[in-house]
Amino acid sequence: MAQPKRVPLPAILLANDLLDGDVVFSTGNGWSRNPAEALIARDDAAADRLEAQAKADFAAQLVVDAYLVDVSIDAAGVPTPRHFRERFKTLGPSNRPDLGKQAQYASAHPH
Amino acid sequence: MYRYDQFDERFVRERVAQFRAQVKRRLDGSLSDDEFKPLRLMNGLYLQLHAYMLRIAVPYGTLASRQLRQLALIADRYDRGYGHFTTRQNMQFNWAKLRDVPDILGLLADVEMHCIQTSGNCIRNVTADHFAGVAADELEDPRPTAELIRQWSSLHPEFSFLPRKFKIAVTGAEHDRAAVKVHDIGLRILRHPDTGETGYEVIVGGGLGRTPYVGKVVREFLPRRDLLAYLEAIVRVYNADGRRDNKFKARIKILVHEIGTEEFRRRVEEEFAQLDGPTINADPEEVARIAAYFAPPAYEKLPAKSNAYEAHRAANPAFATWADANVFPHRVPGYAALTISLKAIGEAPGDISSEQMRLVADLAEKYSFDELRVTHMQNVVLAHVRQADLFAVWQKLCEAGLATPNVGLITDIIACPGLDYCALATARSIPIAQALSKRFADQARQKEIGPLGIKISGCINACGHHHIGNIGILGLEKNGVENYQITLGGDATENAAIGGHLGPGIDAKDVPDAIERLVDVYLAQREDGEIFIDTVRRIGVTPFKEVFVAKTHAKSKEPENAVA
Amino acid sequence: MPLLDRKGLKQNPFVRAEVVDETAGPNVIVPWAQVQAALAARAKDQQIGVDLPNNVAYGDVLALADQLALVTIDFPAFTDGRAFTLARRLRNNGFQGVLRARGNLIADQFPYAFACGFDEVEPSEAVYARQPEEQWLAAAGRITHTYQRNYGDAGNILDQRRAARLAKEQAHDK
Repeated sequence: MAQPKRVPLPAILLANDLLDGDVVFSTGNGWSRNPAEALIARDDAAADRLEAQAKADFAAQLVVDAYLVDVSIDAAGVPTPRHFRERFKTLGPSNRPDLGKQAQYASAHPH
Repeated sequence: MYRYDQFDERFVRERVAQFRAQVKRRLDGSLSDDEFKPLRLMNGLYLQLHAYMLRIAVPYGTLASRQLRQLALIADRYDRGYGHFTTRQNMQFNWAKLRDVPDILGLLADVEMHCIQTSGNCIRNVTADHFAGVAADELEDPRPTAELIRQWSSLHPEFSFLPRKFKIAVTGAEHDRAAVKVHDIGLRILRHPDTGETGYEVIVGGGLGRTPYVGKVVREFLPRRDLLAYLEAIVRVYNADGRRDNKFKARIKILVHEIGTEEFRRRVEEEFAQLDGPTINADPEEVARIAAYFAPPAYEKLPAKSNAYEAHRAANPAFATWADANVFPHRVPGYAALTISLKAIGEAPGDISSEQMRLVADLAEKYSFDELRVTHMQNVVLAHVRQADLFAVWQKLCEAGLATPNVGLITDIIACPGLDYCALATARSIPIAQALSKRFADQARQKEIGPLGIKISGCINACGHHHIGNIGILGLEKNGVENYQITLGGDATENAAIGGHLGPGIDAKDVPDAIERLVDVYLAQREDGEIFIDTVRRIGVTPFKEVFVAKTHAKSKEPENAVA
Repeated sequence: MPLLDRKGLKQNPFVRAEVVDETAGPNVIVPWAQVQAALAARAKDQQIGVDLPNNVAYGDVLALADQLALVTIDFPAFTDGRAFTLARRLRNNGFQGVLRARGNLIADQFPYAFACGFDEVEPSEAVYARQPEEQWLAAAGRITHTYQRNYGDAGNILDQRRAARLAKEQAHDK
């Protein structure tokens, strides 16, 4: 079976928490609501590990809708999704800077 | 308005318990994610970009004060202190947690509300004219019909797994404020030309989305008693014959289009002829029982004109401006219906804070027989206000930032939540609405432009009804950036029309200029007293297109020329 | 595959076969494509059932209705509700035999299946592994009465209201 094409690396893995719905980021051995704590996969092996974790935690009824998102990395090492849709997902509604991750986490600010 | 009896009450309570058990079974793995998804959607629960979103049914847009107060309580306790009214007269909370939803449903049931079938491939919340029982051009209040259909469609055993969603709207007036021609089924209450009996014109297969269609009349006159059996026949034909191979071709409008109106009518009539009507339809006593809840409130006998109202208008130009735009004539002398605009300049269309909800609930209780309406334009209506009270209401609205005098004007913009919230969106809608609202904020200019509906959708699914906007804006993605297509000439009324494309899509930052140029064409070309849509009809799309294409083309050509 | 009705798990007296002969047993389910041959070949005391896809023309089934002891209708996916309509059309037009819903439907659809005229359900092993008997029985009783008339629920809400009205009128007359 053909492997579905993976997004370009580096990438982070995000999902929604099943019970809360919040966007969560894989830290490599768990999930964080803080985008700055996302583990950055720079090679296929690391991306494989993230996807394996997502699969296991989906099966364990912890997260849903997990997928890899390709990112650019700034000088401070903070990942930002390349696509605007995923950028909003790591920030919050653009018309309400008082809501969502942009309000909660200092590193998640509109670029 | 309608009140639950013991049966409605038990039904909704059992539904809450059922959903609570479904959540539990999702968490213990009994229900897979794929199985749970349609079940939660049928209960109005989406997983959006940032969180779950809960869509609460406001059947045919009618709300009581205690219900709006309960929504305010839910907004504060379980959400972020605000809600959003949708184009289908529902309310959405954007930050619900799955773990809380069963409790929220319990709070809704306490005030005779629910989330049943506000999403999913089933018969959705039934909508109706928001001036039902108010408008002078009304033959009959559409809400008893809508309530009968609400009950009939709730947890329908046969029609809960349709090919796609199914929307029904009802109007009882000459002027269509419920957009019945762009619904899966639109019902128009009318009188039989010969017998004078009231019944329904049945319109099927309208809809927006990827392939917009104006609905076709399938039955010119349906006797009132046959309503439920006839609906059963239509939805049965659709459930059996609607396409299921392609999500984008699964709505009933595609079936009607592909087999033709004649053949569709033949299949429906054949099915209908087989049904034993009296065993399916509600008996006249049941219809009368429901209708009794919508009896007019105890109006006072008032003179047609209120001197106090006229005096306030004369003394206070700001009040007069607001009243001109937001007050709708009531059929009862001395009363008025007033629209509270949720389109404050620069704000997100349809959003309302919990504080505002409580104020509006208080006003409805004190001044409008405890009754509110939600409009498909994402505004709120106080349906029965004494003209003499309008000034006091206006003063209170001013304090709460709810007195924007723009109903039906260019800043009364419809917008879906778009990519600021929605997981399906391809671009943002709200910031476009905000930018346009700011651009046209000047009150005198808005009045000069006159009635003009701008409608914005953040994806092809068209929740923002862009196809039927006088000016429609559709947000898409192009080469990794948001891109907006403009359409012109759409109409949501009894003259329903789908807007035509003006040209290639443009960047977000160019939208206000582009819209302004279209408005300028209208202002230059209009004849005396002609509103925007009538000018478009008279002169056609071409003059607008020329201006639009000349400008946008000049812009997009530049980089190519530079390379050459 | 498991078989359930309103009372819970039950024995399945039917076996499936492509072709009917005397070795096939007394109760045989054949595919829709084989039904004519099966009806022609059956022994006098053999009961024939048929597995229907959910998109057959109901008139074709009705033409054979009095020769069929059992009709099963497939749910290729639980989200495909055509089987509900097919069952309703068979019942509305007089089919008296046993109606069985088969395939990928889920426990939450159990009451809908009964309301549309099915007598029993044969869910897939994969679904049944996650949703055992007690979940089906619980689902069947979650909503005691619904609004639709003529969907098998004699106590539907509209008829209960009507009964209450009539009782009130009678009490008034006395």
